[in-house]
Amino acid sequence: MTPVLEVKNLKTYFRTPFGLGKAVDGISFSIGKGETFALVGESGCGKSVTALSIMQLVPGPHGFIAEGECFLNGKEITGLSESEKRKIRGNNISMIFQEPMTSLNPVFTIGEQIVEAVKLHHKKSSREARDIAVGMLGKVRLKSPETLFKEYPHRLSGGMRQRVMIAMALACKPDLLIADEPTTSLDVTIQREILNLIKELQTEMFASVLLISHNLAVVFENANRVGVMYGGKIVEMSGTKDIFRNPMHPYTIKLLRAAPGVEKRTKPLDTIPGAVPASVDFPAGCRFSGRCHREMEGCAAMEPPLYGRENSHLVTHLVTHLAAHLVACHLYDPGFMSKPYSRPLGKIPEAAPLPALPHKDRETLLTVKGLKYYYPVKKGILKKTTGYLRAVDGIDLTVRKGSTLALVGESGCGKTTAGKAILKLIEPTEGNVIFKGCDITRLSGRGLLPYRSLMQIIFQDPYSSLDPRMMAGDIIEEGLKSLKPGLGKKSRKERVSRVLDMVGLTPDMRNRYPHEFSGGQRQRIGIARVLAVEPEFIVCDEATSSLDVSVQAQILNLLKSIQQDFGLSFLFITHDLSIVEYMADEVAVMYDGKIVESGTVEEIFTNPKEEYTKRLLLAVPRIEVA
Amino acid sequence: MLNYVIRRIIYAIPIIIGVNLLTAILFFYVNTPDDMARKILGEKNVTPQVIEGWKREHGYDLPLFVNESEKGAGKVLRTIFFQKSLPLLWLNFGRSDRNNIDIRREIRGRMWASFAVALPTFIIGILVDITFAMIIAYMRGTSLDLSGVVACVILMSVSTLFYIIGGQYLFGKMLRLFPISGYSTGIHAVKFVILPVVIGVISGAGGGIRFYRTVFLEELGKDYIRTARAKGLSEGTVLFKHALKNAMIPVLTNVVVSIPFLFYGSLLMESFFSIPGLGSFTIDAINAQDFAIVRAMVYLGSILYIIGLVLTDISYTLVDPRVRLG
Repeated sequence: MTPVLEVKNLKTYFRTPFGLGKAVDGISFSIGKGETFALVGESGCGKSVTALSIMQLVPGPHGFIAEGECFLNGKEITGLSESEKRKIRGNNISMIFQEPMTSLNPVFTIGEQIVEAVKLHHKKSSREARDIAVGMLGKVRLKSPETLFKEYPHRLSGGMRQRVMIAMALACKPDLLIADEPTTSLDVTIQREILNLIKELQTEMFASVLLISHNLAVVFENANRVGVMYGGKIVEMSGTKDIFRNPMHPYTIKLLRAAPGVEKRTKPLDTIPGAVPASVDFPAGCRFSGRCHREMEGCAAMEPPLYGRENSHLVTHLVTHLAAHLVACHLYDPGFMSKPYSRPLGKIPEAAPLPALPHKDRETLLTVKGLKYYYPVKKGILKKTTGYLRAVDGIDLTVRKGSTLALVGESGCGKTTAGKAILKLIEPTEGNVIFKGCDITRLSGRGLLPYRSLMQIIFQDPYSSLDPRMMAGDIIEEGLKSLKPGLGKKSRKERVSRVLDMVGLTPDMRNRYPHEFSGGQRQRIGIARVLAVEPEFIVCDEATSSLDVSVQAQILNLLKSIQQDFGLSFLFITHDLSIVEYMADEVAVMYDGKIVESGTVEEIFTNPKEEYTKRLLLAVPRIEVA
Repeated sequence: MLNYVIRRIIYAIPIIIGVNLLTAILFFYVNTPDDMARKILGEKNVTPQVIEGWKREHGYDLPLFVNESEKGAGKVLRTIFFQKSLPLLWLNFGRSDRNNIDIRREIRGRMWASFAVALPTFIIGILVDITFAMIIAYMRGTSLDLSGVVACVILMSVSTLFYIIGGQYLFGKMLRLFPISGYSTGIHAVKFVILPVVIGVISGAGGGIRFYRTVFLEELGKDYIRTARAKGLSEGTVLFKHALKNAMIPVLTNVVVSIPFLFYGSLLMESFFSIPGLGSFTIDAINAQDFAIVRAMVYLGSILYIIGLVLTDISYTLVDPRVRLG
């Protein structure tokens, strides 16, 4: 049977001022009818560019398909004229994107946007197209589709918008649906619903799905076969069970080990040093060389082809070998291994295991009692306050010295507002925050100053939370100047160097601007800024959620080690429950401004009492290789 | 929506009063009635008696804010501020200093000549700018895009005076297509208006096209455009349907605020083409040191600007469904 999609040796390049960026560099795979094939890897590995190449939507004029073919139901499509390609887009292949909030046109109604696609590809009257659109809205489980049809996108939540995107993508009954990180920006419960919906409609329509994700657990639960991408190449490809049970490529192995989880609590996470290089800087040989823990002398110079084993014979990759476990690594090539350049380059040392500390019976550092934060709702000609939005509605928390309390919940539950109110970055409406025996809600201005340096925050987005016009050293020093006015210029400089060293950056990096750092390094600057003023309590507000898995592991390890070195206490605000399992001692589950359940991680994760906690835990995708 | 309009009008009241006060300070305190009199009567051979006489004749012989020599309400009523500046609030501009003409009547008579030049310049200008901007945006990244941008920069760099004088020389003197300057009422106005309109459009095109190009390119980089393309829509539909309607939002801020000023006239155009509009009225008043007229026009400009801003906010609701003014 011909596969629905067959990609052969696809190369998509970008002309950049720094040279030719080989974003996708010779990948081949095929997707059978009704099958879900997943491409997994960190950002910058070429997954999305692969999707856009299949859609024939590589952003010009700088990007172009340099080589390769894409066959849709046996018919080559890269060579088609633009008007023929348009007949395929949205009709035979359709796509849903990562950002449901911005992927719909804000000035057209939802109905108009779905009808537009239907009328474009099928000769339907407006009446029929309308019926199809309303029918699709019902199919994606949106309530009252008739009303929704006339609604503008801004009235819908992210999850609802993604449903609309799915309705739009499937309205023309495509053969292939490309889902590019379809749930990355959504809450875990919504993620579960959306993925189930895609699966259901896929079975119903017998469509094939190309799922693109950086989340290994999502891929594990949803894909039939998996291709692991790194540096514009597929480095390993096999059936899902096979790849998770028996990962072969060092990158796949490391990715699996870097993901946080409950079983890794007592040891540091396995990290991959550095970050994914930019596509113009990919190494000439194996793309993973330089970051690989099993690198050999010849790896950086020689590129490994994609090998597969069939009947215990080594074969190079042919697309027809659907069943084979293919891997692009010299380790599995006896020819390479027999050569002198197969000498290992010396293992990158593993971090020492962390001693497990008993966290109970530690003294209390911070107590939050009945904390409330209300936003006024203003209405009428004179904007009178007519009511309040109860963002934080009376929460109680206790943070013990040297331990981590995780505050979890879905977006909009008030957890970030709570974090800010605890630090008095915003004025709480009611309630007390008692830090080291002092009620800081009663303090203001100068009285609060000594506490400002003891209580710090690390923000979510390392891209926008650093002033782009200040050098790293100045960013760190600025906090010292205002919070430790007693320090002289020389000792300030010394301390900046010391904290940079502590977070794994070199002191000479102080003279660089934020844009010269990678995302992980920027978050390290954020941590260094906090450490410089010697806090005892740090709020980490989604501190790793914008980072790749391998980089997230580096940051989590760093946070854990500074916690142990300095006896710091963390309030970890996050929606990612696997981080909670790994990092936290205690956890508080927040919903709609209130704490619904709290306790130690063991208690909550093994024996949740509240319905909401149970639902939240069930929604988390997990890799369970039996 | 109605609530919003009412609230905006309420907000405008203190702003208008503030503008009135500032105008008074500018024209009666920074520049005193004595200065005015001296400038109008000529610097030489002016005795204090002559100045006092002129001031009494024109009603400038009173104190600015408080008249100590009066009793009761007269303390406030018999002042320059109350008699000369406050009436501006209900658009009573008084009489000019030099010829003693009724300023309000003059403005009413002249504003239509300004409008006859400004309205076609405005509409044709927007259409030309947006059309060219869309063509250039459609051709983005090509040599046509680059040459279009270069042409815009050149258009922007040349002074408006050059276009006016060059246009008058070429079309008026050499080709004799249009009269060099002048104006007539009724249908005969058309032949006098064409040249200033064409020159107005050309002199504004460089900046306009560049601005709209940037707006379109920004829209074309957005996620919903990618969605539209993924549906299989043609580039034309993507640009003219999906991008255009979104691009109208920033375009509106730029455009609607200037609508009230269509009556205000252009200083440069009107004086060079001898159009008897408000622009040339202002220039003449400045030349004649007629402060009553200048004060009236400065104040009128501020009021029109406030009206323009309210109109802009209201027009947002028409193009952007996300904006609900409550």
